[in-house]
Amino acid sequence: MTVTVLLFASFADAFGRSSVEVTVEQGATVADIVDQLSALAPSDRLPPRPLVAVNAEYAEYDVRLNSGDEVALIPPVAGG
Amino acid sequence: MIRVALVMHPIDVSALIAEVADVSTGATAVFVGTVRDVNDDKAVSGIDYSAYTVMAEREMLRIAQEAARQFAPLRVVVEHRVGALELGDVSVTIATAHAHRAPAIDGMRFVIEEIKRRVPIWKQERYLDGTREWVGV
Repeated sequence: MTVTVLLFASFADAFGRSSVEVTVEQGATVADIVDQLSALAPSDRLPPRPLVAVNAEYAEYDVRLNSGDEVALIPPVAGG
Repeated sequence: MIRVALVMHPIDVSALIAEVADVSTGATAVFVGTVRDVNDDKAVSGIDYSAYTVMAEREMLRIAQEAARQFAPLRVVVEHRVGALELGDVSVTIATAHAHRAPAIDGMRFVIEEIKRRVPIWKQERYLDGTREWVGV
């Protein structure tokens, strides 16, 4: 299945775009997505274990993804 | 009473104070975050704020609900601005109101600390020398 991953702020800069499509096996986890993106990202622009959101909620790495889920990589936050 | 919002327009602090106050509340606490001219010894000319809008509003609402529960009965209004801000511009305002001052102040403090910890908002500082940097990266 294909999953769209949203990229923001420094991560969008690292990839040069605001989203990326990732193809993974059915039943893939958040960890699988991060592994693929880590391989795609320019070296040292992505931390080893970035925060991830699934459907706009923070998600653990063992969460299984479904087709159509909105996945986002969350750079270190800096609100306020 | 809870209201949170991400806004593109200047924040009207007085309006938020008026909104959160009620005849049942004897204390209103307000935090106002503004763009400062120096960070890490670098001269700042402004800050560009961006957010994962849907998640940021959801997370801010959750934080306000947690504060309202922990310091009940607490009224909470939060606005966080996104876009290009200049020096002195208000980036965030939190207004809380309670019958008494301690929960009003503690609730306000809780909300700003949690916003900084977990709401997906980012800032890129612009410096006078023309460079830019993501904060916290």
